[in-house]
Amino acid sequence: MSSRIHIDKDLVAASATPLVLAILDEGESYGYAILKRVRELSGGELEWTDGMLYPLLHRLHRLGYVTTDWRIPPEGRRRKYYAITEEGQAALAEQKRQWAAVTRALNDAWTRFDLVPATGEV
Amino acid sequence: MDVLESRIAEWRAYVGRSRTVADPDIDELETHLRDQMADLGAGGLSADEAFLVAVKRMGDIDGLSREFALEHSDRLWKQLVLPSKAESGRTSNGLVEALLFAVAAAVTIQIALRGDGWSGDPSPWFMRNVSLFVLPFLAWYFAQQRGLPLRQSLLTATPFVLGALVMNLYPFDPESSTEMLAALHLPVALWFAVGYTYVGGEWRSHERRMDFVRFSGEWFIYYVLIALGGGVLMGLTLAVLEPVRAGLGESVIEWVIPSGAAGAVIVAAWLVGAKQSVVENMAPVLTMVFTPLFALMLTGSALTYAVSGLGSEFDREQLAVFDVLLIVVLGLVLYGLSARESTQRAGFMDVVQLVAVAAALVLDMMVLTSMLARVGDLGFTPNRVAALGLNLVLLVNLIAAAWLSLRLLTGRATFHRLARWQTRYLPVFALWAAGVVVVLPPLFAFGS
Repeated sequence: MSSRIHIDKDLVAASATPLVLAILDEGESYGYAILKRVRELSGGELEWTDGMLYPLLHRLHRLGYVTTDWRIPPEGRRRKYYAITEEGQAALAEQKRQWAAVTRALNDAWTRFDLVPATGEV
Repeated sequence: MDVLESRIAEWRAYVGRSRTVADPDIDELETHLRDQMADLGAGGLSADEAFLVAVKRMGDIDGLSREFALEHSDRLWKQLVLPSKAESGRTSNGLVEALLFAVAAAVTIQIALRGDGWSGDPSPWFMRNVSLFVLPFLAWYFAQQRGLPLRQSLLTATPFVLGALVMNLYPFDPESSTEMLAALHLPVALWFAVGYTYVGGEWRSHERRMDFVRFSGEWFIYYVLIALGGGVLMGLTLAVLEPVRAGLGESVIEWVIPSGAAGAVIVAAWLVGAKQSVVENMAPVLTMVFTPLFALMLTGSALTYAVSGLGSEFDREQLAVFDVLLIVVLGLVLYGLSARESTQRAGFMDVVQLVAVAAALVLDMMVLTSMLARVGDLGFTPNRVAALGLNLVLLVNLIAAAWLSLRLLTGRATFHRLARWQTRYLPVFALWAAGVVVVLPPLFAFGS
């Protein structure tokens, strides 16, 4: 249980977009803080290469899911802040539905074939 | 801390090497790196360790630039003037402002020309003041771009106001050489005032001064390019309009050229900022091509002069020619410095540059000796004072530059010292130019 699970690269990539959108849905944020929040949420099990977050954020920006703004907070250094847009929230809702369907299907499969004890952990 | 900063700078340079990660993106990554380092440092790691861990977590640069390339495939080949779509969300990179200022400068020039009742040749009044119609807009543009505080902006206005007062209140004799010299030196002095706004008021900083040197060189290249294009455009305009009515082409051109020349000053400045990467590739190439050519030419001339003994019969015009030559050599040296990577080891190009400088110095010594003899016979005139003074200012600079690059080549001085010498010397040029404008005319009773 306590040993770190190695999560497959493709799975990390697939979950990245909904995760970032969900974090931004909590409020606007900047790269480093987003990454810290990802670590926090996954209990350190989602290992991202830090740099890879930025191309992803830029893609979300291009798709119009987030807006960006360079600002200097009163304490600290100049940062690029990302805030979610309505389109982003719509995309997040859509992602949630898809992931719910996937997890439901997987859960069903696990319990039916009894591959893992149904502790609720997927 | 200094070591750490230079390592971060190296890391930045390394990330930036791939065209796919643009400067603002590197800024963003750097902030991330520093945040991470601060957190790791708070956790008890030393600054060095924190740097290593933070870089490691950032991921390998090749993979990272590949990811950026996927997202920003346009950057791979697109080096156009227009901002990339991804960044257009940040409203502008100053193009609109630059165009506004360019139009303002162009209109001002027209008003000045028409108000002056221009008929063919511009009047001496116009020639004296021409830089005052254009450069304030450039300074203003930078003050606005850099967000210069009001107090510093007002400080920047001082040299312009002073220049305007001197040029219009000094009772110059018509067509006197003091007037001509003041008109020639005013733009140079004001260019340094523009420099003050370009560096955002941080004129004490060595790095910012070097930025300004680089900017000046690149601005010059862009201006020449625009002028060439403009020349083609004007030639075609003439050819197309001439059949319509004789003289029509000329009158159109009379309107367009002054405005175009004024507006281009600001557009070229904008281009330098907006398309840094294009010229950054050009600067090293140009210096690579022209430094050896100038070295050859100068060495050849020095030998010819020495052998044929022409070295003793220079007159004033030739001193002016040699002033121009020294300026060009100095320009090449400065430009080469600004394009050179500071960590690079001394190499072939440094030798070539040293040869060019040394040959120019030998040539100049010959001219200067004959010129001093002439002054001893015939006394000072404003022109001789200006030419001699400029020559001395350049000579001191180049002798020190030659000495330092000799030490650089023998490994006894760092490149940083050489660059530092040049940036420290910059105010001397500004003061000399200002002196010729303000002090020289009264000394010669505004005449000659």
